[in-house]
Parts: sequence; structure tokens; C-alpha cells
Amino acid sequence: MNIATAVPKTGLALSPDGDSMDRTHSDVISRPRGEVKISARGLNFYYGNQQALVNNDLDILSGKVTAIIGPSGCGKSTHLRIYNRIFELYKGQRATGQLLLDGENVLDSKVDVLELRRRIGMIFQKPTPFPMSVFDNVAYGLKQHYLLPRSEMRDRVEEALKAAALWDEVNDKLDKPGTALSGGQQQRLCIARAIAVQPEVLLMDEPTSAIDPVATAKIEDLIGALRGRYTIVIVTHNMQQAARISDYTAFFYQGTIVEYGETETMFTKPKVKQTEDYITGRFG
Amino acid sequence: MRERSPARRKLTDLLVRIVSLLAALFGLFILGWILYVIMARGVGAINWAFFTELPAPPGMMGGGLANAIVGTLLITVLASLIGIPLGLLTGVYLAEFGGQSRLAEAIRFCSNLLMGTPSIIVGVFVYGLIVVPLGDFSAWAGAVALAIIMLPVVARTTEEMLNLVPDSLREAALGLGTPRWKTTLQILFRAAGSGLVTGILLAVARVSGETAPLLFTSLNSPFWFETLNEPIGNLTVTIFNYAMSPYADWQAKAWGASLLITLGVLGATLLARTTLWMRRK
Repeated sequence: MNIATAVPKTGLALSPDGDSMDRTHSDVISRPRGEVKISARGLNFYYGNQQALVNNDLDILSGKVTAIIGPSGCGKSTHLRIYNRIFELYKGQRATGQLLLDGENVLDSKVDVLELRRRIGMIFQKPTPFPMSVFDNVAYGLKQHYLLPRSEMRDRVEEALKAAALWDEVNDKLDKPGTALSGGQQQRLCIARAIAVQPEVLLMDEPTSAIDPVATAKIEDLIGALRGRYTIVIVTHNMQQAARISDYTAFFYQGTIVEYGETETMFTKPKVKQTEDYITGRFG
Repeated sequence: MRERSPARRKLTDLLVRIVSLLAALFGLFILGWILYVIMARGVGAINWAFFTELPAPPGMMGGGLANAIVGTLLITVLASLIGIPLGLLTGVYLAEFGGQSRLAEAIRFCSNLLMGTPSIIVGVFVYGLIVVPLGDFSAWAGAVALAIIMLPVVARTTEEMLNLVPDSLREAALGLGTPRWKTTLQILFRAAGSGLVTGILLAVARVSGETAPLLFTSLNSPFWFETLNEPIGNLTVTIFNYAMSPYADWQAKAWGASLLITLGVLGATLLARTTLWMRRK
């Protein structure tokens, strides 16, 4: 579907019955109080000529867990993939507008992308261990950004694996290939790899969708433990997961942010009918 | 509507199966025949002197092909040193940077063309490029000719193997703040490792049996070489010369050399297959 023509230019998707017609933008897209880490301002995204995100405005608070929910194809992942400019890997994809990290626009061509990606780590849908040992997986990112003596490298790897709640399971197989771990362990290895470089923000793109329920619970616990130290933005298909682990939730629909606010309010008293329909399972 | 007769359909199916099986068996039979004849007639020529002595003068019995064996190995190694890095980097460009750009498409088109170019044309090309200006046949000229033949094979397999690596691995490496070139050389090469080795081994096997390009470049020599700037003995041109000679002993040596090359190519191919198989496991 061509979103550009399907969505009105205001950036607010209106339900057919005009429910949100009388609401103003600031009513449903709240500006949470607190220290803002990332803010999107008039963010648009294009796959070639196809517009996938329309005028996204979003303030993400430092040290909080922010969930992005919405039906398939609504632009959740697309939005997240702008934060570390990973979309630039693909030709024809481009973003316009502003994405401010501590007030600095990361879309500016002068920004050092390598340093940006150290500050903003990313966890993907499928675990992506590198074809090397568990130890080297965690050390790889470290080596990109820091010159460390061997002993300190070992300490930092251990620290990262402990922070990712994986140390106890892998401390006797650090030289085994990362791909030999179970799916859930691989995903926590990727989290360890990401936090080893001391990022400020962690982006998680449906990090548990390829993982069994028990391993999912471990990762959710881990996200809870990382809260406060890192600003976490998580895209999820699973509304219960968003309700369980996030402080703030943004509901995306057809490339626009329909509603954004505290998770609790959103799941108990959604302001827009579309949000209510989605979280109660009437569509999506 | 009239129904097709099931019996007839079964019969057609059976016929197609039998014909295709026969075609496959025919190909296999020819290959087996060649291998059998080379084995049967080559084994007799292979002895200690074959590996250690220089060729005997025309009409004399005895001697060996030591210089040609070393020469073939040397030319192949030199060709690999030139052809493999160039091929790998071309493949990297095609898979990682060129994409569908006009330059990349042009390179792909030329690679395909080069792969189909008769090797003798490559030989004549290098003759004009190196042999004529330098005034003599040389090991270098032979190596360059073989490298040109290797180049498209290595480039295209490298491209294909890199394309098989999922983008999620690229994103993961880049997402950590790894530069693109390190992502390619350290992560993607490792992930595609055995596939790349397979492509390289197949390219080496392919050129180690080439004769025509060497005729115009390295020529041949019955002596040990002293520099890389003079004609150098090699197995394939030796086979060509000896097989056409009137001397029974030389003809036997040509069979022996054929056997050696065949076993070498077989060995390289088996090695390539095993690495690929080990990867799948």
C-alpha cells in the first residue's frame, strides 16, 4: 500500500469514524517529563519513492524502557533503524527530518557514524553471533573502539557477560564458537557484545520473537536489570511484553505515531480509539 | 472433456527417466574411460626418476620430468598470488559495494565473457602484452596468463558466497560501529570462509591443466630454470610436445604427466568438495 497517499499530512492517522478528529496532536503524543535522550522531530522515511514514516515526533527519556508497538508493516522497525543509521546499508532508503541524540542531529552528514553506533547499540530479531568464539564475539566490538591490554580485555568481556546474565552459563566455554550456544544464549551474547562497548542507548528490534518462552522471560528480566543504566527502545509484536517491561509506549499505525505516553495509561485508558482497538486485539 | 490415459502418462514418465539415466551413464562412462586409459597407460611411466631427473635427449631412454613438475607448481603458485587477491577483491566490490550500479554490471558482464573466452586467446594476449616487449618467454608471462583465467572464476564465486551471508550479520557488525571494510574482511570472509576456499581451489584446479595459454607465454624447457624471465618447463606443454613426438619413451612420459595432472586436479577438487561438505555439517 502506498502510505504516502493513505495518510493525511498532519501525521495523525484518523480512524474512519473520526474519533480522534477533535483531539490535538499534543493530547495523544505526550511529551513525558524527564531528561530527554532522543527526540524525533518531523521524521520521515522513504524506501525509494515509497514513504514509510510520516512526520514522526517522539521524545525518549533517558534511562527508561520505551516500547514501540503496532501492527505488521506500520513502521516500528523502520523508525528504530533510523536511530543508528543502519538503514544506510541499503540503497534507496533515506530519512528526512531530525533525530536528536542529546540535542545533536544524528542524521547530519558530519556525525561520525562509527562513534554513533558505539553510543547506540542494537539487538536484532534473530540472534547474530559472529562466526568466532564466545569470548571473541564480545571482544570484537571492544577492539573496534578501545585499545586495551589483554588482561583488561578479559575483565571487560567478563563484565559484559555478567551484565548480560550469561557469565554463569558460558564461563567454561568462552573458546567455543558463539553459534554453538542455544538461541536464547546467543541473543544474550549479542546483548553482552552490545553493552561491552559502553553504549548509552540500546535498540532492540523484536529481540524475543525468534526465542522460546523460557528464554524470552530471561531476556525480559535482563531488560529490567538494564533499565536505568541504558536508555532502551524496544520494538515488539507482543503487547503483553510491552506492558510488562516498558515505562512508555508508542503506538504506530501506517507510518505515523498514533499515541504515545506512559505504558500504564496507554494500556488502561488509551486516548485514541485505534490504540484501544489494537491493544484489545480487534485488529493487527 | 476427455481424460488422459494414466497408463500412457506412466509410460511417458518411465521413458523420460530411462533416457535421462542413459544420458547420465553415457557421460559417466566416457569420464571413466578417460580416467581408466590415463591410469592404465600412465602408471607405467611413473617411477623415481620421473620425479627427480631432467628429460633425456630425444630418442634416449630414461630421464624424468622433475623440471616440468616444479615449473607447473611454480607457475600455478605465481598465478594464484596474482589472481586470487585480485579475484577476491573484485568479488568484494561486486557483492558489497557495486550492487546494481552500471560499473558493477559491466564488471559482471566482462567476467562472464572472460570465463567463456578460449584460453588460447588469453595466451596470445599475454604474448603481445609481455612476451613481445620483453623479448622472451617467461614464467611470469605464463603466470599472468593463468591469473587472468583465474580472475573471473574467483571473483564470481566470491561474489556468490558473500551474497549468501545474510544481511543480518552485516547489520550486526556495522551496528557495533565496525567500519565496512573490517566487516567484510573479518566477519563476512569468516562466515563465507569455506565457500571462498572452494572457489579458489576450483580456480587453481582449472588453470593447472591449461596448455594453450602457456604455449605462448612460458613455452617449455628441458632444463632447470635459473630466473623467472626465461622459458620454463611445465607439464601441460610437455604433454603436448611429447604426445606428438615419434619416440615411444616420450609418449609414455606424456601419459605419466597426464596422470599426474589428472590426480592433482582430482585432489584439488576433492579438497574443495570436502571443505564445502564440512561447512554444511
